[in-house]
Amino acid sequence: MLGEGILKGLAETAKNFAGSFVSKERLTTVEYPEDRIPTFEAARVFPFLVYDARNPGDENDWEAGLRCVACQICEKECPPKCIFIDKSKDKKPDALGKQQFYPTRFDIDVSVCMSCQICVEVCPFEAIKMDNEFELSTTDRFGGLLHDRRQLAKSNEYYHKIHPTEAAEVDARLAEEKAKADAKARAAADAAAKAAAAAKPAGGGE
Amino acid sequence: MFEWLDQVFVLLKHWLVSFLPATWQPVAGILLCVLTIICLFPALFAICVLLERKGLGRMQNRLGPNRVGPFGIFQPIADGVKSLTKEDLVPLSADALVHFMAPVVLVVVVFMGFAVLPMGRNMVLVDLDAGLLFYFAIGASTELAVFMAGWSSRNKYSLLGAMRAVAQMISYEVPLLLSSVAVVMITGSLSLSKIVEAQNHYTWGLPHWYIFTPWGFAGFLMFAIAATAETNRSPFDLPEGESELVAGYFTEYSGFKFALFFLGEYVGMLSISGLGSTLFLGGWSSPLEALNWVPSWIWFFSKLLLSIAVFIWMRGTLPRLRQDQLMNFAWKFVLPMTLLNLFVAGLWRFLGDGWERWVVCSAILIVAYILMGRVGMYREHFGPRRYRYAE
Ligand code: SF4
Ligand code: SF4
Repeated sequence: MLGEGILKGLAETAKNFAGSFVSKERLTTVEYPEDRIPTFEAARVFPFLVYDARNPGDENDWEAGLRCVACQICEKECPPKCIFIDKSKDKKPDALGKQQFYPTRFDIDVSVCMSCQICVEVCPFEAIKMDNEFELSTTDRFGGLLHDRRQLAKSNEYYHKIHPTEAAEVDARLAEEKAKADAKARAAADAAAKAAAAAKPAGGGE
Repeated sequence: MFEWLDQVFVLLKHWLVSFLPATWQPVAGILLCVLTIICLFPALFAICVLLERKGLGRMQNRLGPNRVGPFGIFQPIADGVKSLTKEDLVPLSADALVHFMAPVVLVVVVFMGFAVLPMGRNMVLVDLDAGLLFYFAIGASTELAVFMAGWSSRNKYSLLGAMRAVAQMISYEVPLLLSSVAVVMITGSLSLSKIVEAQNHYTWGLPHWYIFTPWGFAGFLMFAIAATAETNRSPFDLPEGESELVAGYFTEYSGFKFALFFLGEYVGMLSISGLGSTLFLGGWSSPLEALNWVPSWIWFFSKLLLSIAVFIWMRGTLPRLRQDQLMNFAWKFVLPMTLLNLFVAGLWRFLGDGWERWVVCSAILIVAYILMGRVGMYREHFGPRRYRYAE
């Protein structure tokens, strides 16, 4: 009959109306600034630069420990081009003890970044990762939205805190690489020593 | 004591006016009443908007506004300040004068309707003998304001909204009038206070409201539908359909003029609810004889707020109609039903006082409703649609 559907609909909304006062499940609203829900582990908002804490307590620990080698791959790959990197002239030893360049400037524009995570995917040095901090608003719309490398640098411990699974994988991979590099270095050293040892008696025999 | 409470506003007016010389008294009395109406209904408007936002939120399992003041009760003040301080934009190509006049005309016209509504015992601004006629004459002018707004903005969304509004309002004006005519036929008067008086009797403690008769019930339903359409409320909110036309006829309005349109819409709702309760729900009379001691104006305003609650409930429930469905519904269902209702009202009048008239009148209306619902509203393309090109 005409109007039946309307009555059914009215009953439904009335149920919602009354239900929202009594049942907590119905009212799914989280009143944000006061109440929060924990962010998901996979949540990603904005990239940050990972640094390895080498000597905790040091003011400039973050700068020394930055994994970034200023290869500028992420700058080139970033779709909206919001990463700005200046490469250093000199080199510094990285975690593996190898001499590497480092970024003298590393800025990302929050207002342009679209949280695509492409910079993270392309970085060959596990140096840039996604943060889940989302309260990035500022009252200064010019300088305030451009995060420099000090603001972007966050420790590996922090990375472990927000993305435990992923960080463990990354650490495992890095450890493996380091082990391989160490083994190679040792092998090279052994070979060099052997060569030297072999060369000596031969030389002595002559 | 209770009589005094009932008449408190009337007595207050007389007391205030008595300070003036006798020649000034009638004018001052009228001015005082007008002032009261002009202050009271915007205040009710603020309450309604808040209730609507909260209520709709609850229907959608949200909280609604709850930030300004405890439970968000100061939200209307915040909204008011916002709309007052916003920039007032007038499009370059708009007809500035008409663009400016439209909201003013709307608000003035809407407020004039209250002149004839009895809001309590002896509480009517002007007790016109043809009050109902006056109300409809004034009510029809809101279309003018709406069209002025849409036309002067020189914007295709505004114009489309205005054309929809005019088509819709004129179509629904007819059933609105015809459903009220049944009341006039039974009461034998166009005066709204006489209509209330006629319903202010009790049998076994129950009131003789017109809604409790078969023709009155049908008439009330038709009136409610037409009134919803007349005030552009959901599900008949095509003229301002925000998902299609930005905001319809007031797309080009901002700041305080926008607020005036908003006010006009809600005050219009209050006014038409007032008319509906006067015609069918016994106006200011109490729902039970035992409750007669409660002041009459309390009843009137509770009925008003109750109607607003139903408006909000409807809005929370129904999706918007399509233009052709809207027109079909007006001309093929509501109009024939109101015409039939006129006939039934006549029958009711001449069938005497026995139980027969209840049976006969109810039977005619129910059968007509079912038949018309089946036949008149039946269309093959109602229901799930099949697209030929998709097969
Ligand atoms: S997340 Fe995407 S947009 Fe943001 S800096 Fe990285 S590559 Fe650029
Ligand atoms: S973050 Fe990674 S990809 Fe970007 S410059 Fe540094 S090392 Fe290269």
